[in-house]
Amino acid sequence: MIEEQSIIKVGMADLNVGSQDSLIRTTGLGSCVGLTLFDPGKKLAGMAHVMLPSSEIAREGQLNIAKFADTAVPELLTRLLALGAVRSRIVAKMAGGSQMFAFAGGNDTMRIGPRNVESCKLALEMLRIPLIAEDTGGNFGRTIEIACSTGVLHIRSVQKGTKEI
Amino acid sequence: MELFKNFKDFKMDVLKEVGNIGAGNAATALSQLLNKPIDMAVPKVQLLNFEEITDKVGGAEELVYAVFLRVEGEAPGNLFFILTPEAAISLLNRVAGIEILPDQELGEMEFSALSEIGNILAGSYLSSLADFTSLSMYPTVPALAMDMAGAILGYGLLQFGQMGDDALLIDTTFLEGQNEIEGQFFLIPDPESFPKIFKSLGVPFDND
Repeated sequence: MIEEQSIIKVGMADLNVGSQDSLIRTTGLGSCVGLTLFDPGKKLAGMAHVMLPSSEIAREGQLNIAKFADTAVPELLTRLLALGAVRSRIVAKMAGGSQMFAFAGGNDTMRIGPRNVESCKLALEMLRIPLIAEDTGGNFGRTIEIACSTGVLHIRSVQKGTKEI
Repeated sequence: MELFKNFKDFKMDVLKEVGNIGAGNAATALSQLLNKPIDMAVPKVQLLNFEEITDKVGGAEELVYAVFLRVEGEAPGNLFFILTPEAAISLLNRVAGIEILPDQELGEMEFSALSEIGNILAGSYLSSLADFTSLSMYPTVPALAMDMAGAILGYGLLQFGQMGDDALLIDTTFLEGQNEIEGQFFLIPDPESFPKIFKSLGVPFDND
């Protein structure tokens, strides 16, 4: 019998946390960034599917803080700490931020993937969380899954196969 | 979403007609390319959550071929022509006479041919729309991608991401005979394009 692992799904512009044997997964990351935080001691992990770099450009009434790099990263940290994570042990990994379509010229929207990556890094820096691994950029989509027990981030893509970081 | 709070049924009908005209023209173009009748489903206009949008093409991880054009001009937006891998191969074979063996990877020539087919269809979609609305709309050079639907469509939702977690899309499905070629057009006008589209068609936008 294969033991069933519970899978926690994170949608676009969404975030969630999990513990122990669960897996946290988000599918079809293109220019979005899948950012994960992990506390190896408590076996706690969290994941955010970041869509846009900064909440300053938001024009929505009620802000979805999971959507923007500058708001999602602090929120994810808060959620992990609320579950009992130890701040000094928390490390980050991330994947995504690709440029799905390459055009000559290219305005700012076209570069949204790299900008998402930069903003996530900046947010991590401000919170002094070390980024220990990343698989970002390129021009292809990714599905990622973090194991809350090990912190291993499994990355699957159509064009480049699978890898773990 | 604020913008769509006041969308009455008749506004949805107007957008449906916009989709109908564009897709009708594209269907005609496709049927000329294939020299076969092409059926078209009645366009749907829906305000959907980001997740539901990728569900419409089989899920965020589903492998699709997509021709993407950014629409520029007075009513900017994003236009996607989405095909299943089977439909893409069938189209290549029937339109360009390119045989693809099972498990064969598509090369540069196949990509280029698909991109051109997408360009013709999207171009006819857009030009009829521009005629109908008297708005200038012109496409950028098409980009073709073969990847996960979520990764591809996510790109078209960025403008909406600044305003909420839903986007309004106009989608039409093409069917040919025994469903051998099934393609979907997704038109995702930028949020600020809606007032212009309605205004050009004589539909009051405010205070309703």
